[in-house]
Amino acid sequence: MISEAIDNEQIDALLSDVLEVHGYDFLEYSHASIKRRITRLYTLDNFVSFAEFRYTVKSDKQYFKRFLEEITVNVTEMFRDPGFYRSLRNDVLPVLGTYPFIRIWVAGCSTGEEAYSLAILLKELNLLQKSLIYATDINPSVLDKAKKGMFPLNYLKGYSENYVASDGVKDFSSYYTANYSLAKFDESLSSKMIFSTHNLVSDHSFNEFQLILCRNVLIYFDKELQHKVFQLFDNSLEKLGYLALGSKESLDFWPKAKEYKRVKLEKIWRKL
Amino acid sequence: MAETLTSRKCSALIIGGSAGSLDVLLEIFPDLKNDINFPIILVTHRKSGNDSLLTDLLQSRTNLSVREAEEKQPILKGNVYITPADYHLLIEDDQTISLDYSEKVNFSRPSIDVTFQSAAEVFKDELVCILLSGSNADGVEGLKTVNKLGGLVVIQNPDTAVMPYMPQQAVNNAKPHVILNSFEMAEFINKLNFKN
Repeated sequence: MISEAIDNEQIDALLSDVLEVHGYDFLEYSHASIKRRITRLYTLDNFVSFAEFRYTVKSDKQYFKRFLEEITVNVTEMFRDPGFYRSLRNDVLPVLGTYPFIRIWVAGCSTGEEAYSLAILLKELNLLQKSLIYATDINPSVLDKAKKGMFPLNYLKGYSENYVASDGVKDFSSYYTANYSLAKFDESLSSKMIFSTHNLVSDHSFNEFQLILCRNVLIYFDKELQHKVFQLFDNSLEKLGYLALGSKESLDFWPKAKEYKRVKLEKIWRKL
Repeated sequence: MAETLTSRKCSALIIGGSAGSLDVLLEIFPDLKNDINFPIILVTHRKSGNDSLLTDLLQSRTNLSVREAEEKQPILKGNVYITPADYHLLIEDDQTISLDYSEKVNFSRPSIDVTFQSAAEVFKDELVCILLSGSNADGVEGLKTVNKLGGLVVIQNPDTAVMPYMPQQAVNNAKPHVILNSFEMAEFINKLNFKN
Protein backbone atom coordinates (compact mmCIF):
# COMPACT_ATOMS: atom_id res chain seq x y z
CA MET A 1 0.00 0.00 0.00
CA ILE A 2 2.96 2.33 0.17
CA SER A 3 3.18 4.78 -2.64
CA GLU A 4 6.73 6.07 -2.66
CA ALA A 5 7.22 4.72 -6.17
CA ILE A 6 4.92 7.23 -7.85
CA ASP A 7 5.71 10.93 -7.96
CA ASN A 8 3.71 13.88 -9.22
CA GLU A 9 5.51 14.03 -12.58
CA GLN A 10 4.59 10.41 -13.29
CA ILE A 11 0.96 11.10 -12.43
CA ASP A 12 0.91 14.10 -14.76
CA ALA A 13 2.53 12.12 -17.57
CA LEU A 14 -0.03 9.33 -17.20
CA LEU A 15 -2.97 11.76 -17.13
CA SER A 16 -1.61 13.55 -20.20
CA ASP A 17 -1.53 10.20 -22.05
CA VAL A 18 -5.10 9.53 -20.97
CA LEU A 19 -6.23 12.87 -22.36
CA GLU A 20 -4.27 12.53 -25.57
CA VAL A 21 -5.10 8.91 -26.39
CA HIS A 22 -8.53 8.40 -24.84
CA GLY A 23 -9.91 11.93 -24.63
CA TYR A 24 -10.65 11.93 -20.90
CA ASP A 25 -9.35 14.96 -19.02
CA PHE A 26 -8.43 14.32 -15.39
CA LEU A 27 -5.85 17.10 -15.16
CA GLU A 28 -8.20 19.35 -13.20
CA TYR A 29 -9.18 16.70 -10.70
CA SER A 30 -8.07 17.19 -7.08
CA HIS A 31 -4.51 16.01 -7.18
CA ALA A 32 -4.31 14.16 -3.86
CA SER A 33 -7.43 12.11 -4.62
CA ILE A 34 -6.53 11.14 -8.17
CA LYS A 35 -2.98 10.30 -7.11
CA ARG A 36 -4.31 8.04 -4.39
CA ARG A 37 -6.69 6.29 -6.84
CA ILE A 38 -3.91 5.74 -9.38
CA THR A 39 -1.49 4.48 -6.74
CA ARG A 40 -4.16 2.14 -5.41
CA LEU A 41 -4.85 0.67 -8.86
CA TYR A 42 -1.16 0.37 -9.68
CA THR A 43 -0.58 -1.58 -6.46
CA LEU A 44 -3.75 -3.65 -6.81
CA ASP A 45 -2.88 -4.84 -10.31
CA ASN A 46 0.73 -5.69 -9.48
CA PHE A 47 2.50 -3.88 -12.27
CA VAL A 48 6.27 -4.39 -12.22
CA SER A 49 6.99 -0.78 -13.10
CA PHE A 50 5.18 2.47 -13.57
CA ALA A 51 6.36 2.51 -17.20
CA GLU A 52 4.55 -0.77 -17.82
CA PHE A 53 1.43 0.55 -16.11
CA ARG A 54 1.55 3.72 -18.20
CA TYR A 55 2.01 1.76 -21.41
CA THR A 56 -0.90 -0.56 -20.61
CA VAL A 57 -3.22 2.33 -19.82
CA LYS A 58 -2.18 3.97 -23.05
CA SER A 59 -2.42 1.05 -25.43
CA ASP A 60 -4.79 -1.55 -23.98
CA LYS A 61 -8.42 -0.48 -24.59
CA GLN A 62 -9.80 -3.24 -22.38
CA TYR A 63 -7.54 -2.24 -19.51
CA PHE A 64 -8.45 1.39 -19.96
CA LYS A 65 -12.07 0.49 -19.19
CA ARG A 66 -10.90 -0.87 -15.88
CA PHE A 67 -8.72 2.18 -15.30
CA LEU A 68 -11.65 4.51 -15.85
CA GLU A 69 -13.87 2.50 -13.52
CA GLU A 70 -11.27 2.29 -10.77
CA ILE A 71 -9.86 5.80 -10.66
CA THR A 72 -13.28 7.41 -10.53
CA VAL A 73 -15.02 6.92 -7.19
CA ASN A 74 -18.25 4.98 -7.57
CA VAL A 75 -19.23 4.61 -3.94
CA THR A 76 -22.86 5.63 -3.42
CA GLU A 77 -25.94 4.50 -1.54
CA MET A 78 -29.73 4.84 -1.54
CA PHE A 79 -31.26 7.68 0.48
CA ARG A 80 -27.82 8.78 1.61
CA ASP A 81 -28.15 11.67 4.12
CA PRO A 82 -31.82 11.09 5.01
CA GLY A 83 -32.31 14.77 5.92
CA PHE A 84 -31.50 15.69 2.34
CA TYR A 85 -34.15 13.35 0.96
CA ARG A 86 -36.64 14.60 3.54
CA SER A 87 -36.08 18.09 2.20
CA LEU A 88 -36.52 16.91 -1.41
CA ARG A 89 -39.74 15.17 -0.42
CA ASN A 90 -41.19 18.04 1.63
CA ASP A 91 -39.72 21.25 0.16
CA VAL A 92 -38.58 20.69 -3.43
CA LEU A 93 -40.65 18.05 -5.21
CA PRO A 94 -44.06 19.46 -4.15
CA VAL A 95 -43.06 22.73 -5.87
CA LEU A 96 -41.97 20.89 -8.99
CA GLY A 97 -45.24 18.95 -8.85
CA THR A 98 -47.07 22.10 -9.93
CA TYR A 99 -45.29 21.93 -13.31
CA PRO A 100 -46.85 19.97 -16.19
CA PHE A 101 -43.64 18.03 -16.74
CA ILE A 102 -40.57 17.48 -14.54
CA ARG A 103 -37.08 17.05 -15.94
CA ILE A 104 -34.34 15.99 -13.52
CA TRP A 105 -30.62 15.46 -14.15
CA VAL A 106 -28.62 13.17 -11.86
CA ALA A 107 -25.08 14.13 -12.88
CA GLY A 108 -22.40 11.60 -11.93
CA CYS A 109 -25.05 8.99 -11.10
CA SER A 110 -22.56 6.11 -10.76
CA THR A 111 -24.46 2.81 -10.29
CA GLY A 112 -27.81 4.61 -9.98
CA GLU A 113 -28.71 4.42 -6.29
CA GLU A 114 -29.64 8.11 -6.11
CA ALA A 115 -31.70 7.99 -9.32
CA TYR A 116 -33.72 5.08 -7.92
CA SER A 117 -34.14 6.86 -4.57
CA LEU A 118 -35.46 9.88 -6.42
CA ALA A 119 -37.83 7.75 -8.50
CA ILE A 120 -39.24 6.26 -5.28
CA LEU A 121 -39.91 9.75 -3.90
CA LEU A 122 -41.58 10.82 -7.14
CA LYS A 123 -43.71 7.71 -7.16
CA GLU A 124 -44.88 8.27 -3.61
CA LEU A 125 -45.80 11.87 -4.46
CA ASN A 126 -47.67 10.65 -7.56
CA LEU A 127 -45.31 12.59 -9.80
CA LEU A 128 -43.33 9.82 -11.44
CA GLN A 129 -45.61 9.48 -14.47
CA LYS A 130 -44.91 13.08 -15.50
CA SER A 131 -41.20 13.01 -14.67
CA LEU A 132 -38.08 12.11 -16.60
CA ILE A 133 -34.78 11.42 -14.85
CA TYR A 134 -31.64 11.83 -16.95
CA ALA A 135 -28.91 9.84 -15.21
CA THR A 136 -25.43 10.42 -16.58
CA ASP A 137 -21.90 9.37 -15.72
CA ILE A 138 -18.47 9.57 -17.31
CA ASN A 139 -18.14 5.84 -17.01
CA PRO A 140 -20.13 3.50 -19.33
CA SER A 141 -19.73 0.39 -17.19
CA VAL A 142 -21.41 1.89 -14.11
CA LEU A 143 -24.30 2.99 -16.32
CA ASP A 144 -24.78 -0.63 -17.43
CA LYS A 145 -25.17 -1.55 -13.78
CA ALA A 146 -27.50 1.38 -13.11
CA LYS A 147 -29.79 0.33 -15.97
CA LYS A 148 -30.27 -3.10 -14.41
CA GLY A 149 -31.45 -1.61 -11.12
CA MET A 150 -29.97 -4.48 -9.14
CA PHE A 151 -28.16 -3.76 -5.90
CA PRO A 152 -26.43 -6.12 -3.46
CA LEU A 153 -29.00 -7.45 -1.02
CA ASN A 154 -26.71 -7.04 1.99
CA TYR A 155 -26.84 -3.24 1.59
CA LEU A 156 -30.63 -3.12 1.63
CA LYS A 157 -31.00 -3.10 5.39
CA GLY A 158 -29.01 0.14 5.58
CA TYR A 159 -30.90 1.64 2.62
CA SER A 160 -34.19 0.72 4.27
CA GLU A 161 -33.11 2.49 7.48
CA ASN A 162 -32.11 5.56 5.46
CA TYR A 163 -35.48 5.47 3.70
CA VAL A 164 -37.39 5.36 6.99
CA ALA A 165 -35.23 8.17 8.42
CA SER A 166 -36.05 10.28 5.35
CA ASP A 167 -39.79 10.10 6.19
CA GLY A 168 -40.47 7.14 3.89
CA VAL A 169 -43.77 5.59 4.93
CA LYS A 170 -44.12 2.50 2.75
CA ASP A 171 -42.64 -0.92 3.26
CA PHE A 172 -39.27 -0.42 1.51
CA SER A 173 -39.18 -4.08 0.45
CA SER A 174 -42.25 -3.48 -1.73
CA TYR A 175 -39.95 -1.72 -4.22
CA TYR A 176 -37.75 -4.70 -5.00
CA THR A 177 -37.69 -8.44 -5.35
CA ALA A 178 -34.83 -10.37 -3.81
CA ASN A 179 -33.05 -12.66 -6.21
CA TYR A 180 -30.15 -14.64 -4.75
CA SER A 181 -27.73 -11.98 -3.51
CA LEU A 182 -29.32 -9.09 -5.41
CA ALA A 183 -32.33 -6.85 -4.98
CA LYS A 184 -33.98 -6.06 -8.31
CA PHE A 185 -35.84 -2.77 -8.20
CA ASP A 186 -39.26 -2.39 -9.77
CA GLU A 187 -39.11 -1.58 -13.48
CA SER A 188 -41.75 1.10 -13.11
CA LEU A 189 -38.98 3.11 -11.43
CA SER A 190 -36.43 2.74 -14.22
CA SER A 191 -39.06 3.24 -16.93
CA LYS A 192 -38.74 6.98 -16.29
CA MET A 193 -34.94 7.06 -16.44
CA ILE A 194 -32.69 7.80 -19.39
CA PHE A 195 -29.08 6.68 -19.00
CA SER A 196 -26.29 8.26 -20.95
CA THR A 197 -22.58 8.94 -20.73
CA HIS A 198 -21.73 12.55 -20.06
CA ASN A 199 -18.40 14.02 -19.03
CA LEU A 200 -18.79 17.06 -16.79
CA VAL A 201 -15.29 18.19 -17.74
CA SER A 202 -15.71 18.30 -21.51
CA ASP A 203 -19.37 17.86 -22.51
CA HIS A 204 -21.90 20.65 -22.84
CA SER A 205 -25.36 21.31 -21.55
CA PHE A 206 -27.89 19.03 -23.28
CA ASN A 207 -31.25 20.12 -21.88
CA GLU A 208 -32.96 22.38 -19.38
CA PHE A 209 -33.92 20.93 -16.03
CA GLN A 210 -35.92 21.89 -12.97
CA LEU A 211 -33.70 19.88 -10.65
CA ILE A 212 -30.05 18.88 -10.94
CA LEU A 213 -28.53 16.46 -8.42
CA CYS A 214 -24.76 16.19 -8.34
CA ARG A 215 -23.66 14.81 -5.01
CA ASN A 216 -20.11 13.90 -4.00
CA VAL A 217 -18.74 14.45 -7.48
CA LEU A 218 -17.37 17.98 -7.17
CA ILE A 219 -15.20 17.12 -4.16
CA TYR A 220 -12.91 15.37 -6.66
CA PHE A 221 -12.48 18.49 -8.83
CA ASP A 222 -10.18 21.43 -8.25
CA LYS A 223 -11.70 24.84 -7.65
CA GLU A 224 -11.48 26.09 -11.24
CA LEU A 225 -13.13 22.96 -12.57
CA GLN A 226 -15.83 23.20 -9.89
CA HIS A 227 -16.64 26.69 -11.10
CA LYS A 228 -16.80 25.53 -14.73
CA VAL A 229 -19.20 22.78 -13.74
CA PHE A 230 -21.36 25.21 -11.78
CA GLN A 231 -21.56 27.30 -14.95
CA LEU A 232 -22.59 24.19 -16.90
CA PHE A 233 -25.33 23.52 -14.34
CA ASP A 234 -26.39 27.15 -14.46
CA ASN A 235 -26.75 26.83 -18.24
CA SER A 236 -28.80 23.66 -17.75
CA LEU A 237 -31.14 24.88 -15.03
CA GLU A 238 -34.43 26.69 -15.58
CA LYS A 239 -35.18 29.83 -13.64
CA LEU A 240 -36.46 28.78 -10.19
CA GLY A 241 -34.90 25.36 -10.69
CA TYR A 242 -33.00 23.58 -7.92
CA LEU A 243 -29.38 22.46 -7.65
CA ALA A 244 -28.55 19.78 -5.05
CA LEU A 245 -24.98 19.03 -3.93
CA GLY A 246 -23.30 16.60 -1.52
CA SER A 247 -23.23 17.21 2.21
CA LYS A 248 -19.69 18.68 2.15
CA GLU A 249 -20.00 20.61 -1.11
CA SER A 250 -21.01 24.22 -1.48
CA LEU A 251 -21.90 26.87 -4.02
CA ASP A 252 -20.62 29.58 -1.65
CA PHE A 253 -17.34 30.57 -3.33
CA TRP A 254 -18.69 30.59 -6.85
CA PRO A 255 -19.03 34.21 -8.08
CA LYS A 256 -22.62 33.71 -9.28
CA ALA A 257 -23.76 32.13 -6.00
CA LYS A 258 -25.70 35.29 -5.12
CA GLU A 259 -28.09 34.46 -7.93
CA TYR A 260 -29.09 31.38 -5.94
CA LYS A 261 -30.94 31.03 -2.66
CA ARG A 262 -30.25 28.22 -0.22
CA VAL A 263 -33.20 25.97 0.72
CA LYS A 264 -33.22 25.66 4.49
CA LEU A 265 -30.15 23.93 5.92
CA GLU A 266 -29.67 21.28 3.25
CA LYS A 267 -27.18 21.59 0.38
CA ILE A 268 -29.94 22.61 -2.03
CA TRP A 269 -29.97 25.95 -3.85
CA ARG A 270 -32.74 27.56 -5.90
CA LYS A 271 -31.94 29.63 -8.97
CA LEU A 272 -33.51 33.07 -8.71
CA MET B 1 15.56 11.93 23.52
CA ALA B 2 12.19 13.67 23.39
CA GLU B 3 14.02 17.02 23.60
CA THR B 4 16.00 16.48 20.41
CA LEU B 5 12.99 15.08 18.59
CA THR B 6 10.81 18.05 19.39
CA SER B 7 13.48 20.55 18.43
CA ARG B 8 12.84 20.00 14.73
CA LYS B 9 10.41 21.92 12.56
CA CYS B 10 6.77 20.86 12.72
CA SER B 11 4.55 22.05 9.84
CA ALA B 12 1.57 19.89 10.73
CA LEU B 13 0.40 17.59 13.49
CA ILE B 14 -2.07 14.80 12.71
CA ILE B 15 -3.71 12.92 15.56
CA GLY B 16 -5.49 9.64 14.76
CA GLY B 17 -7.66 7.74 17.19
CA SER B 18 -10.51 5.32 17.48
CA ALA B 19 -12.31 3.70 20.41
CA GLY B 20 -11.04 5.17 23.67
CA SER B 21 -9.33 8.18 22.10
CA LEU B 22 -11.89 10.82 23.07
CA ASP B 23 -10.82 10.77 26.72
CA VAL B 24 -7.23 11.40 25.65
CA LEU B 25 -8.23 14.33 23.44
CA LEU B 26 -10.26 15.81 26.27
CA GLU B 27 -7.21 15.50 28.49
CA ILE B 28 -4.84 17.05 25.95
CA PHE B 29 -6.86 20.03 24.74
CA PRO B 30 -7.15 22.14 27.93
CA ASP B 31 -3.35 22.12 28.27
CA LEU B 32 -2.43 23.15 24.73
CA LYS B 33 -0.75 26.54 24.49
CA ASN B 34 -2.65 29.31 22.70
CA ASP B 35 0.25 30.12 20.39
CA ILE B 36 0.62 26.73 18.70
CA ASN B 37 2.24 27.62 15.38
CA PHE B 38 1.22 24.65 13.25
CA PRO B 39 -2.15 23.20 12.22
CA ILE B 40 -3.61 20.18 14.04
CA ILE B 41 -5.76 17.71 12.12
CA LEU B 42 -7.82 15.10 13.95
CA VAL B 43 -8.91 11.85 12.32
CA THR B 44 -11.19 9.86 14.57
CA HIS B 45 -13.54 6.99 13.83
CA ARG B 46 -17.09 7.91 14.73
CA LYS B 47 -20.64 7.45 13.61
CA SER B 48 -22.04 9.93 11.12
CA GLY B 49 -24.84 12.02 12.51
CA ASN B 50 -24.21 14.74 15.00
CA ASP B 51 -21.23 16.31 13.29
CA SER B 52 -20.79 19.31 15.55
CA LEU B 53 -20.68 17.39 18.82
CA LEU B 54 -16.95 16.61 18.84
CA THR B 55 -16.13 20.09 17.52
CA ASP B 56 -18.13 21.75 20.32
CA LEU B 57 -16.71 19.43 22.94
CA LEU B 58 -13.11 20.25 22.02
CA GLN B 59 -13.73 23.94 21.34
CA SER B 60 -15.02 24.34 24.88
CA ARG B 61 -11.63 23.18 26.14
CA THR B 62 -9.19 25.32 24.16
CA ASN B 63 -8.64 28.83 22.83
CA LEU B 64 -7.37 27.43 19.54
CA SER B 65 -10.00 27.58 16.81
CA VAL B 66 -11.63 24.14 16.36
CA ARG B 67 -13.67 23.47 13.21
CA GLU B 68 -14.85 20.68 11.01
CA ALA B 69 -12.61 20.40 7.94
CA GLU B 70 -14.11 21.60 4.66
CA GLU B 71 -12.98 20.67 1.19
CA LYS B 72 -10.48 23.06 -0.50
CA GLN B 73 -9.89 24.80 2.84
CA PRO B 74 -6.30 25.93 3.45
CA ILE B 75 -4.87 24.47 6.65
CA LEU B 76 -3.55 27.27 8.84
CA LYS B 77 -1.38 27.29 11.93
CA GLY B 78 -3.10 27.50 15.29
CA ASN B 79 -6.25 25.89 13.94
CA VAL B 80 -7.68 22.47 14.72
CA TYR B 81 -9.45 20.64 11.88
CA ILE B 82 -11.73 17.70 12.57
CA THR B 83 -12.25 15.19 9.76
CA PRO B 84 -15.98 14.94 9.03
CA ALA B 85 -17.64 11.58 9.65
CA ASP B 86 -17.91 9.36 6.57
CA TYR B 87 -15.23 11.12 4.47
CA HIS B 88 -11.51 10.47 4.04
CA LEU B 89 -9.33 13.55 4.44
CA LEU B 90 -6.41 14.14 2.07
CA ILE B 91 -3.87 16.97 1.94
CA GLU B 92 -3.03 18.65 -1.36
CA ASP B 93 0.47 19.91 -2.22
CA ASP B 94 -0.74 23.49 -1.76
CA GLN B 95 -1.71 22.55 1.83
CA THR B 96 -5.44 22.61 1.29
CA ILE B 97 -7.88 19.89 2.27
CA SER B 98 -9.55 17.42 -0.07
CA LEU B 99 -12.41 15.23 1.09
CA ASP B 100 -12.99 11.86 -0.48
CA TYR B 101 -15.95 9.50 -0.31
CA SER B 102 -14.21 6.44 -1.75
CA GLU B 103 -14.23 2.90 -0.33
CA LYS B 104 -13.64 2.39 3.36
CA VAL B 105 -10.08 1.50 4.34
CA ASN B 106 -9.67 -0.85 7.32
CA PHE B 107 -13.49 -0.82 7.54
CA SER B 108 -13.17 2.88 8.32
CA ARG B 109 -14.09 6.18 6.69
CA PRO B 110 -12.38 8.38 7.62
CA SER B 111 -9.35 6.15 7.64
CA ILE B 112 -6.33 7.26 9.66
CA ASP B 113 -3.99 5.51 7.18
CA VAL B 114 -5.31 7.62 4.31
CA THR B 115 -4.64 10.95 6.05
CA PHE B 116 -1.27 9.91 7.49
CA GLN B 117 -0.06 8.75 4.05
CA SER B 118 -1.34 11.80 2.24
CA ALA B 119 0.13 14.21 4.81
CA ALA B 120 3.47 12.37 4.78
CA GLU B 121 3.83 12.96 1.05
CA VAL B 122 3.22 16.69 1.48
CA PHE B 123 5.03 17.51 4.73
CA LYS B 124 7.71 14.78 4.70
CA ASP B 125 10.15 15.38 7.59
CA GLU B 126 8.11 18.30 8.93
CA LEU B 127 5.18 16.09 9.87
CA VAL B 128 4.32 14.75 13.32
CA CYS B 129 1.71 12.01 13.68
CA ILE B 130 0.26 10.70 16.92
CA LEU B 131 -1.75 7.47 17.08
CA LEU B 132 -4.05 6.98 20.07
CA SER B 133 -6.21 4.25 21.53
CA GLY B 134 -8.30 2.06 19.23
CA SER B 135 -9.41 -1.47 18.49
CA ASN B 136 -8.43 -2.04 14.87
CA ALA B 137 -5.16 -1.63 13.00
CA ASP B 138 -5.97 1.57 11.12
CA GLY B 139 -3.07 4.02 11.22
CA VAL B 140 -0.26 1.47 11.23
CA GLU B 141 0.40 1.49 7.47
CA GLY B 142 0.16 5.26 7.49
CA LEU B 143 2.75 5.53 10.25
CA LYS B 144 5.12 3.34 8.23
CA THR B 145 4.90 5.84 5.37
CA VAL B 146 5.39 8.76 7.77
CA ASN B 147 8.48 7.07 9.14
CA LYS B 148 9.85 6.32 5.68
CA LEU B 149 9.43 9.92 4.54
CA GLY B 150 11.16 11.32 7.61
CA GLY B 151 8.22 12.35 9.79
CA LEU B 152 7.99 11.87 13.53
CA VAL B 153 5.97 8.86 14.75
CA VAL B 154 4.38 9.13 18.18
CA ILE B 155 2.18 6.48 19.76
CA GLN B 156 0.11 6.39 22.90
CA ASN B 157 1.51 3.92 25.41
CA PRO B 158 -0.68 0.83 24.83
CA ASP B 159 -0.50 0.00 28.56
CA THR B 160 -2.41 3.17 29.34
CA ALA B 161 -4.80 3.11 26.36
CA VAL B 162 -8.44 2.18 26.91
CA MET B 163 -8.21 0.06 23.75
CA PRO B 164 -4.57 -1.04 23.44
CA TYR B 165 -4.86 -3.00 20.17
CA MET B 166 -4.30 -0.15 17.73
CA PRO B 167 -1.33 1.49 19.48
CA GLN B 168 0.15 -1.95 20.18
CA GLN B 169 0.01 -2.86 16.47
CA ALA B 170 1.72 0.42 15.71
CA VAL B 171 4.41 -0.11 18.35
CA ASN B 172 5.10 -3.57 16.93
CA ASN B 173 5.15 -2.56 13.27
CA ALA B 174 5.73 1.14 12.71
CA LYS B 175 8.98 1.87 14.58
CA PRO B 176 7.82 4.76 16.78
CA HIS B 177 10.19 7.54 17.77
CA VAL B 178 8.27 8.30 20.93
CA ILE B 179 5.78 6.45 23.12
CA LEU B 180 3.83 8.69 25.46
CA ASN B 181 1.30 8.40 28.24
CA SER B 182 -1.78 10.51 27.72
CA PHE B 183 -0.80 12.95 30.48
CA GLU B 184 2.52 13.64 28.72
CA MET B 185 1.03 14.50 25.35
CA ALA B 186 0.00 18.12 25.80
CA GLU B 187 3.48 19.08 26.96
CA PHE B 188 5.01 17.18 24.05
CA ILE B 189 2.78 18.98 21.55
CA ASN B 190 3.53 22.37 23.12
CA LYS B 191 7.24 21.73 22.73
CA LEU B 192 6.84 21.10 18.98
CA ASN B 193 6.37 24.86 18.78
CA PHE B 194 9.99 25.39 19.73
CA LYS B 195 11.85 25.48 16.40
CA ASN B 196 9.31 26.87 13.96
